[in-house]
Amino acid sequence: MTVVVVGAGPAGVNAAVTAARAGQDVLLIDSAPRIGGQYHRQSFRAKEIRVAHDRVKHLPDTSVWAIEGNRLHLTGSRVVTASRLILATGAYDRTLPFPGWDLPGVYTAGAAQAMAKGQGIALGRNVIVAGTGPFLLPVASSLVDVGVKVRVFEANSPSQNWLRETKALIAGRRKLVELAQYAKVAPYYRERTAVIAAHGDDQVREVTVAKLDQDWNPLQTKRIPVDAVCVGYGFVPQLELAISAGCRISSGFVEVDEDQRTSVPWIFAAGEITGIGGAELAAQEGIRAGAAAAGVQLGLTVDRRFAEALTRVYPVKKGWRGWLTDDTIICRCERVTHRKLQAAAENLTATRAVKLASRAGLGVCQARICGHTVADLLDLDPTTFARRPIATPIPLGDLAANPVEEP
Amino acid sequence: MHVVVVGAGVIGAACAEALSAAGATVTVVDRSGPAAGTTGAGEGNVLVSDKEPGPELELAQASRRQLPELLAKLAEELGQADVEWQPKGGLVVATTDPQPLHDFAARQREAGVQAHPITAREAFELEPNLTREITAAVHYPEDGQVQPVLLATTLLSAVRQRGGQLLSRVTATGVSKHALLTDSGVIACDHVVNAAGPWAGDFAAKAGAPIPVLPRRGVILVTTPVVDLVRHKVYDADYVGAVASGDADLQTSTVVESTPAGTVLIGSSRQRVGFDDTIQVDVLRELARKAIRLFPKLRNVNVMRAYGGFRPYLPDHLPVIGEDHRVPGLWHATGHEGAGIGLAVATGRLLAELMTGRTPHIDPKPFRTDRPGLAL
Ligand SMILES: Cc1cc2nc3c(=O)[nH]c(=O)nc-3n(C[C@H](O)[C@H](O)[C@H](O)COP(=O)(O)OP(=O)(O)OC[C@H]3O[C@@H](n4cnc5c(N)ncnc54)[C@H](O)[C@@H]3O)c2cc1C
Ligand SMILES: Cc1cc2nc3c(=O)[nH]c(=O)nc-3n(C[C@H](O)[C@H](O)[C@H](O)COP(=O)(O)OP(=O)(O)OC[C@H]3O[C@@H](n4cnc5c(N)ncnc54)[C@H](O)[C@@H]3O)c2cc1C
Repeated sequence: MTVVVVGAGPAGVNAAVTAARAGQDVLLIDSAPRIGGQYHRQSFRAKEIRVAHDRVKHLPDTSVWAIEGNRLHLTGSRVVTASRLILATGAYDRTLPFPGWDLPGVYTAGAAQAMAKGQGIALGRNVIVAGTGPFLLPVASSLVDVGVKVRVFEANSPSQNWLRETKALIAGRRKLVELAQYAKVAPYYRERTAVIAAHGDDQVREVTVAKLDQDWNPLQTKRIPVDAVCVGYGFVPQLELAISAGCRISSGFVEVDEDQRTSVPWIFAAGEITGIGGAELAAQEGIRAGAAAAGVQLGLTVDRRFAEALTRVYPVKKGWRGWLTDDTIICRCERVTHRKLQAAAENLTATRAVKLASRAGLGVCQARICGHTVADLLDLDPTTFARRPIATPIPLGDLAANPVEEP
Repeated sequence: MHVVVVGAGVIGAACAEALSAAGATVTVVDRSGPAAGTTGAGEGNVLVSDKEPGPELELAQASRRQLPELLAKLAEELGQADVEWQPKGGLVVATTDPQPLHDFAARQREAGVQAHPITAREAFELEPNLTREITAAVHYPEDGQVQPVLLATTLLSAVRQRGGQLLSRVTATGVSKHALLTDSGVIACDHVVNAAGPWAGDFAAKAGAPIPVLPRRGVILVTTPVVDLVRHKVYDADYVGAVASGDADLQTSTVVESTPAGTVLIGSSRQRVGFDDTIQVDVLRELARKAIRLFPKLRNVNVMRAYGGFRPYLPDHLPVIGEDHRVPGLWHATGHEGAGIGLAVATGRLLAELMTGRTPHIDPKPFRTDRPGLAL
């Protein structure tokens, strides 16, 4: 029997190595070809992480597409039986819709970061990074590194909000040191400012930038020319496996106790699926989860104060709904407009009924991009959009084949 | 006359529509909201092809005739009634012994169903990607499909347009003389209609009039959009056996169909597992295998979603439509199992006729609550 870890980001890698050191045989599964997760995979500044333990077997290019009891179904018609399971599936960046967000030249902040850092691609000469959260800074910084003229628009007012978070600031002082390295973008940084529309025929050429009030309602606007826009409004946890496994979700994240144990006793969760707090916190949680899964007491506590403050300092405020027009696309896969969504969803209360009536969330991304948006617009629970018994698309032929047990 | 309908699934919606058309004042209550139950969890096949001659087929044929007429009427009344109605016909194919299918089709023809045996070549003309291993094929031009959620919401729009009310997030907890009891108060009314789908047995018991409605789990696979791989609805002839059976064990009978969005739906399984909705991969595997057997090209198409729900069924596999024999003023319209979408329109109409004392357009006797098949 094996400890199975899903996700080879900082949380999963640390969980795997810790459990292996405690004597367990560990299978570390990730859909990517390389270890590292979102951040380490694409960043040359981040330290490379490696798994150097002979009890850890790494299965690259492998997705867990379903969980059924303690059997995990893997792509390529394989199954594995887990004695303990550690979920470390991370989070992906959240975009908010606005008129023109579906134009070529509008990127997610994560994609922009990947292109700039991973491949040295500049996106344009004149680029705006907009959204909320500390993550905008490394994105902007990597764009500066490849020679781009950058402006950063933060929709919240962190310089004020942090003043109320002194305890969290002390707890997160190492994080602040990390952020200090992005000081070079400070001259191009504006708070309470957002891109509320993008304009162009075949590609974004101009954007409408707005000064916001504290609820994100536009106060004044102006149009400025750009080559590209990168948007990031925080992160959405990758919850589908946890939900399929029956783990309790609270406030949008997998609920865990101080040992990273979920409501399902043999399943642990670590990293961004339990709360957004950066790579270092994810790694610490991974260590705890690995130890607990191996039945070892660590006597080490994780300080979540900084992470918890992040959600207060960088919230998503309601005012963005006012940026939408009737024709703004909400679901990109199915090209569902705001008007169509509102008309179709009138009087509906159930997520599935909303999806079927409007088609929002029924496309290939399976509501990963629009789910949170639709939930906010219609006052539904966003985690209901993360119910995906089939976590990732697989060929019918692979589903039909007799699965092979992974040793 | 004020009628309260419990349940805003397709059956409750159809009853409410027919009652409001007949002049009643209608209130629909649902503990969640429109199409939150089975109606939002299944497919929208409107079939005559899968039914043995008998009362259910009669109800299906009536419903199939009435559906396009009703949609045309609602389109006029509401400005639009787009429920993705596609009268595209179905093709039933056998891959083993052809005789049972031919016999079945012959019996259906006697009951007035259009069931045309066609040659393998004609079948491939209709469905170029169909397996070459078929032994018989019957074309059913009357089969069609709707989008069930849109059908339910459109029917409810008409109810509201005519002055009816929809109360979401209200749970019915029982009845008393001339009233429905709910968790948010008492609603005075002349009649209550139990259209609570697979939960209808629970509500009926609370209302003092138990009926043995049980859930039968079903799941469907949805592929990513593909161009022109499947054109109509195609069923494996083993479908017929599974529908009529009460066996608890897993049964799958393959229905492969394309939707206007380009996705292919592969349904569906039948299992009695209570209200357990955890996914079972061996069930999905069985569906995938049978679909590939019909359309070998599906092998390379991705499945992106699986979903399912609980069909409300009664032990004798017929719905109940009519007034309860124990509690006057309480009516039932439920137990439509795997055919509620296709049976909804005629069910609503029959119920409204019975309640308003008009001549029923089909024989209501087989659907009564005091029939022997429902003895507890
Ligand atoms: C572009 C980008 C830049 C960032 N920059 C910084 C930064 O500068 N500083 C900082 O502190 N943080 C940064 N972050 C945040 C940092 O990436 C996260 O804090 C950290 O990666 C979280 O680690 P994790 O282990 O929880 O998840 P992740 O690193 O996201 O790893 C999750 C892994 O799970 C795998 N996975 C998910 N589902 C499945 C499945 N079903 N089957 C198989 N595998 C699966 C994914 O492929 C992924 O590799 C950045 C994030 C992004 C996206
Ligand atoms: C996988 C699958 C595939 C299917 N395919 C087809 C098909 O192709 N063609 C076809 O015709 N049929 C099909 N069906 C069957 C069809 O979906 C059902 O017969 C039909 O939806 C039943 O509708 P209903 O209104 O009776 O029940 P439901 O849609 O379940 O509605 C009942 C409503 O009652 C509400 N409710 C319950 N209890 C209470 C209470 N106490 N107070 C207030 N409200 C309450 C619920 O919230 C729910 O909204 C399929 C079903 C499944 C599961």
